[in-house]
Amino acid sequence: MSARFKQLSGHTLFWPLLTLALLLVANGIFNPGFLALQWREGHLYGNLIDIVNRAAPLILVSIGMTLVIAVRGLDISVGAVLAISATVAAWMIGGALVVDHGVTTAVTRLPMPVAIAGALGVALACGLWNGLLVVRAGMQPIIATLILMVAGRGLAQLIGGGQILTIYYPPYFYLGNGFLLGLPFTLFVVAAIYALTHVALNRTALGLFIRAIGVNPVASRVAGIRARLITIGLYMFCALMAGVAGLIVSSNVKSADANNAGQLLELDAILAVTLGGTLLTGGRFSLAGSVVGALIIQTLTSTIYSVGIPPQVNMVVKAMLVFAVMLLQSAEFRTTVRGWLVRTERRA
Amino acid sequence: MSAPLPLTAPAPRPTMPRWRALLLFDSKYTPLAITIALFVSMTVAGGIVYDGLLQPQIFLNLFVDNAFLLIVAVGMTFVILTGGIDLSVGSVIALTTVVSAVLVEHHGWNPWLVMPLMLLMGAAFGGAMGLLIQRFRLQPFVVTLGGMFLARGISFLISVDSISITNPVYMSIAEARLSLGGGCSLSVGALLSIGVLLAGIWLAHATAFGRSIYALGGSEASARLMGLPVAATQIGVYALSGACSALAGIVYTFYMLSGYSLHAQGLELDAIAAVVVGGTLLTGGSGYLVGTLFGVLILGLIQTIITIDGTLSSWWTKIVIGGLLFLFCLLQRLFAGLRRTRV
Repeated sequence: MSARFKQLSGHTLFWPLLTLALLLVANGIFNPGFLALQWREGHLYGNLIDIVNRAAPLILVSIGMTLVIAVRGLDISVGAVLAISATVAAWMIGGALVVDHGVTTAVTRLPMPVAIAGALGVALACGLWNGLLVVRAGMQPIIATLILMVAGRGLAQLIGGGQILTIYYPPYFYLGNGFLLGLPFTLFVVAAIYALTHVALNRTALGLFIRAIGVNPVASRVAGIRARLITIGLYMFCALMAGVAGLIVSSNVKSADANNAGQLLELDAILAVTLGGTLLTGGRFSLAGSVVGALIIQTLTSTIYSVGIPPQVNMVVKAMLVFAVMLLQSAEFRTTVRGWLVRTERRA
Repeated sequence: MSAPLPLTAPAPRPTMPRWRALLLFDSKYTPLAITIALFVSMTVAGGIVYDGLLQPQIFLNLFVDNAFLLIVAVGMTFVILTGGIDLSVGSVIALTTVVSAVLVEHHGWNPWLVMPLMLLMGAAFGGAMGLLIQRFRLQPFVVTLGGMFLARGISFLISVDSISITNPVYMSIAEARLSLGGGCSLSVGALLSIGVLLAGIWLAHATAFGRSIYALGGSEASARLMGLPVAATQIGVYALSGACSALAGIVYTFYMLSGYSLHAQGLELDAIAAVVVGGTLLTGGSGYLVGTLFGVLILGLIQTIITIDGTLSSWWTKIVIGGLLFLFCLLQRLFAGLRRTRV
């Protein structure tokens, strides 16, 4: 193994990117049209665009989850928060078709900016609740967020009155379905949020603080980092990401389903984060890795659909991925494998 | 300048008279007492508001309708006592119902052979996860999350559609009732769940395995230093939880008379909630199976009250369970804080 390769493979992003590339290449071989991009009616079409577009909610939630995990936390309420945000937005916009002098116009219950702000505000409140339970009440993150995960869907159903809320307000659909400069608008939302987060982490001391808290919460607090405030802030950020994802999802399907929106999203997000090389034990994280992880998951789903494998296989493949990634991250496993290799070498 | 250290040992605390010890019971039972008090007060309050609630059969139906939850929660209690968690229980139930249905209905296997086979499958599945957790120091949360995907995925692969069970053995077990007189009766599933609970209490408090579990949950390092079989205990606990899930799956099959890959979705959350509401600490080492029983009964009672009321919507169940979880987690933190200040 050359030193160059060793240096390259040591990079956090090496394995996630390799996995993604292999998946895409395999797709390209089995289905030559898969990687093609087309320019049609002023929009860019193709499987690659589709994958990124569909992955948008997962990417956003994974970005939030990465930072929570980086400070030794976990947020399993993101699916419920997504459902709450989607329902709040759908309820506030509501909308009905009113026929006025023979012209059908969509009328909203509240103006759209108010609805969006309301949904994001509720998501932030959810994050504040999670953060306070973890930091002030000292609960284990899994349990603290379990409360909202259980109650959250109930609350969302309460807001929606147990119905799937349909939205009849075309301007709102732009968020999840619109195109800007030929590309899906969601791409710009994701890119903007990623860029802002990246700048906040790398151009300020925030990234350093987060790593310090993840490595040793007590020492970082003693060193004068406002660990509690930052941790609460990160839970709020994670919930905010789930809230934005909720807006995108509800806009995309033009309705909000309190029961099924964002179902199992928390698990996909945790999987994306671990695939990207972030340690669940905190301290080491990679924002770009999580984005790649989310793209891997979506590519896998798209592959399974496009190759024609029954979609049921998806869960088994995901399970295998979870096990493989975990074992690769485990120091004990690597030692064991090294032990096997050495033994076989000696025997040979 | 520092004060000289006292050379004599501190005076022993005066021993409490026996009658006081009886009155002031050990503070380690406080969470359990709160859970039971909550159940009793909910029953009484519910009985005052709703006429039908205090009938004996309604109470027995708590066992009949939550038999699988109780069985799963017993296994989950052991896992949580060691400081772990098992998210795969609901999926293992689904897998058990699907595999039993396929073997019995499509391949004509003998049900009496299929049931022990399912238990073995569950134990092996749980044991394999335990092995990964123990051997490679992986996080229980993520390993059992993978197990959850895997079990649900395999049942999807086997059958996407619901398979109804018409086998005479399953039918007769599903209909069998043990009459308790006065028109009250219990189903086979309910009897099994009570049997599992009793066996679990025996296992926890009268065997070396049970003591190792509590020791492991208290402190893994100390347990290891004491020479307890830490590795075997940890793997054994997950195998036990897997077997409990499989048994719950068998009971679920009696209850629903079908094998379906979407059965028991989200049951892991109910089981965890029941254990927490039952007063078991999620950090491990402290808690009782009797508490878990009352945790399950409280969840069942909420469901029953909402059904009897008729005007309350189903989502109130989730909100109330979430609220109870919050309350009990907060109480646990409070007790943990009190204990620390006393030491």
